[in-house]
Amino acid sequence: MPLHEKDAPIRVLIAKPGLDGHDRGAKVVARALRDAGMEVIYAGLRQTPEEIVRAALEEDVDLIGLSILSGAHMALFPKVLQLLKREHAGDIPVFAGGIIPDEDARRLRKAGIRAIFGPGSSLEEIVSTARKLARTAQ
Amino acid sequence: MTGPARLPASARAILEGDRRALARAISEAEDDRPGAAAVARALYARTGKVPIVGITGPLGVGKSSLINLLVNRLRELDRTVGIIAVDPSSPYTGGSVLGDRIRFERSATDAGVFFRSMASRGEAGGVAAATREAARLMEAAGFDVILVETVGSGQVDVAIRNIATSSVVVLVPHLGDEVQTLKAGLFEIADVFCVNKADLPGADLARRDLRELVGLGARAGGWSAPVVATSTQPPSGIEELWNAVDAHEQFLDKTGQREVDERRRLSVEIVERVRGEVGRALSQRLEHDPELKGLLDRVVARSIDPRTAADRLARPVARGR
Ligand SMILES: Nc1nc2c(ncn2[C@@H]2O[C@H](COP(=O)(O)OP(=O)(O)OP(=O)(O)O)[C@@H](O)[C@H]2O)c(=O)[nH]1
Ligand SMILES: [Mg+2]
Repeated sequence: MPLHEKDAPIRVLIAKPGLDGHDRGAKVVARALRDAGMEVIYAGLRQTPEEIVRAALEEDVDLIGLSILSGAHMALFPKVLQLLKREHAGDIPVFAGGIIPDEDARRLRKAGIRAIFGPGSSLEEIVSTARKLARTAQ
Repeated sequence: MTGPARLPASARAILEGDRRALARAISEAEDDRPGAAAVARALYARTGKVPIVGITGPLGVGKSSLINLLVNRLRELDRTVGIIAVDPSSPYTGGSVLGDRIRFERSATDAGVFFRSMASRGEAGGVAAATREAARLMEAAGFDVILVETVGSGQVDVAIRNIATSSVVVLVPHLGDEVQTLKAGLFEIADVFCVNKADLPGADLARRDLRELVGLGARAGGWSAPVVATSTQPPSGIEELWNAVDAHEQFLDKTGQREVDERRRLSVEIVERVRGEVGRALSQRLEHDPELKGLLDRVVARSIDPRTAADRLARPVARGR
């Protein structure tokens, strides 16, 4: 058995749906996940749900992280989940970050977003949750 | 014998164009998981026919942006494209941010394109192995052309010669000093030179300089690397770039050079694999070798030197026992 089989790195897609033009938060999270030893596919700004799902499938990621500031989360996040299911990839866990009101967060969790991080979340918290989600999905 | 019924299910799924099966098989090859060998074995006979085009060059010269436009060009020509884009892994954490996909602007519904990011994960032989396997899997899945973006290090990635059928070396204007530092290896691997960012001043000069240099070092087999000027913003020279690659591929077929190159690449691949296997087995054995501990004690005490200790441990292996 190959020696490094056990430690195949976690692959995670970080994408930013919606039209707002800032990806600083997403980049900070991407770097934190990299520093935790993960392979982060950074898809960049203004991704449509279709592009995000396509990238997730081609890159065979263990996990998807979505970041949004524009307030369109209630439209875009469920759309990503729905497209994943349609592609028989509903098993890939999705977490989200951004400015999301409590009531919306509750509904998004119910819709299947596995974890939601507001602006005050620590990077340690995000990294450890990401690792847990990826490992339980594998 | 090799009818579809005999193939592993995952290999069959790949041949049938199942994109998720392809994506998973690439991961298995990257991680060197047990299933990867069976799939590779089952599909190998069907591979080796499509161009594998390496796009190499220093950091930030526009490799990903060019690939984005080359894909559009190839789709106009009705050819399907698989892309493998390699970025470096951190030597400390093993982590990586793979950002080449940012430049990829293909419509999400175009099934004729498959883009895969790959981390270099340390040793050069490892990237090469995973890249080769990924390229073969993409070919088996039906992609007509494979584009490989090498890791944008300070140097030109010479290993691409062991993977690609054609290599494009991308440079930018004002590269005088750069060419000086890159020249070792540069002319051996370049089948096509691309001076990108031709929208910036100095492109003409750079192209002329390169042409002169290429003229000095015509390669064996009679191919002399053309120098193409391109820009990705606004796009120009992309057709010429693809035509130059295509001309090289035709040259390979006309002259029989393709077989010569392929034989050399496969030889390198086999030797790399043997070295990897033997090295791994050896490390494992040494870890449990009581002689190592004894010798180490003496090296630490400076009663023998490290080379003498290594010679003694290597002797049974080198003698073939
Ligand atoms: N002016 C000009 N800028 C360009 C051109 N092509 C790419 N760039 C810019 O150069 C930068 C790097 O482009 P990439 O396509 O990411 O380059 P790369 O070689 O793939 O980079 P690495 O993968 O990081 O090595 C970006 O800011 C591009 O917008 C061009 O033709 N002209
Ligand atoms: Mg790039």
